Amino acid sequence: MSSPNAAYPDTPEQTAKPKRHEWPLWEVFIRGQHGMSHRHVGSLHAADEEMAIKNARDVYTRRNEGVSIWVVEARHIAASSPSDKGPLYEPSESKVYRHPTFFDIPDEVGAM
Amino acid sequence: MAAVDQAQLFEFLCRMGDNTLILGHRVSEWCGHAPVLEEDIALANTALDLIGQTQMWLGLAAEVEGKARSADDLAMLRDVWDFRNVLLVEQPNGDFGQTMMRQFLFDAWHLEMLTALTGSSHEQIAAIAAKSIKEVQYHVERSGDTVIGLGDGTSESHQRMQQALTLLWPYVGEMFLGDAVDDAMAAAGIAPNPATLRAAYDARVGAVLAEATLSIPDGGFAHKGGKTGFQHSEHLGHMLTQMQWLQRAYPGASW
Repeated sequence: MSSPNAAYPDTPEQTAKPKRHEWPLWEVFIRGQHGMSHRHVGSLHAADEEMAIKNARDVYTRRNEGVSIWVVEARHIAASSPSDKGPLYEPSESKVYRHPTFFDIPDEVGAM
Repeated sequence: MAAVDQAQLFEFLCRMGDNTLILGHRVSEWCGHAPVLEEDIALANTALDLIGQTQMWLGLAAEVEGKARSADDLAMLRDVWDFRNVLLVEQPNGDFGQTMMRQFLFDAWHLEMLTALTGSSHEQIAAIAAKSIKEVQYHVERSGDTVIGLGDGTSESHQRMQQALTLLWPYVGEMFLGDAVDDAMAAAGIAPNPATLRAAYDARVGAVLAEATLSIPDGGFAHKGGKTGFQHSEHLGHMLTQMQWLQRAYPGASW
């Protein structure tokens, strides 16, 4: 077989405990058996995206929940700020005419 | 299917079932102790897969034996000398790296074996293999990735993985040693002769270990005596005292 990799010289005895590097956090989205879209189910830690998918498979699909898994590193998600709640959402509260509740939807359209 | 000696068929089925039973129990020992939560759950899933496979193998073994014993009887009421698992799977967990190395070395064999068994002339054996193989494909992918990740990781993880490989490699050979039982299974088209699985095993394991920057130790020495029941290592007896104590202390207890 190959010779031991020269990149790993003998490690000297360490007196202090090695620093614990936390794996990054990943958000997990699963599309269920009959689900139309992926839904956020939770989060987990993993070293890279492949490991995150494997971990998601083991943590979140043990009971046959899913047919598809998405993972995204949590730091890549941009989120709105709760303190902006007023300007962001309140203006739409009074605009009832934006709801499509005044129409009859034909059955053939299916789930919306 | 050619007629096959039922005692030899029973022996073969015990070998399959005892491998998954003993390894499944070993892996379950990690439950609540793994280095991170995600690995803990993954190991528990693997252990449960293996115990599930055990129920099928030992269930069929009990049926073939025809002495009114159940899979549970075979698992919980036999003693060390009746077990037919290879020595590799009864070896202690060691650290997490050693556990994953043992897992990978077994998974790679398990996958080749089950792949061959899906074409078995024995219908039930082919069906058990077809059900198990999907689980084992995932096992080998996961354990192989972990071996690569830790082998080609930090200098400490690399050292630990190399130590694990040096420790466990002498147990690999036993998985490919054939005997009269294997000859009979091969003649009846029930199972492959284990030696025929070696080339594919070496190719897969060699590629993963090379990527993991680990070296396979020199020398062809192989510990043996587990699958024939001739001589298990001292670790199996200690494990059975844990695994079987409840049925031994409270015979027939169920829930």
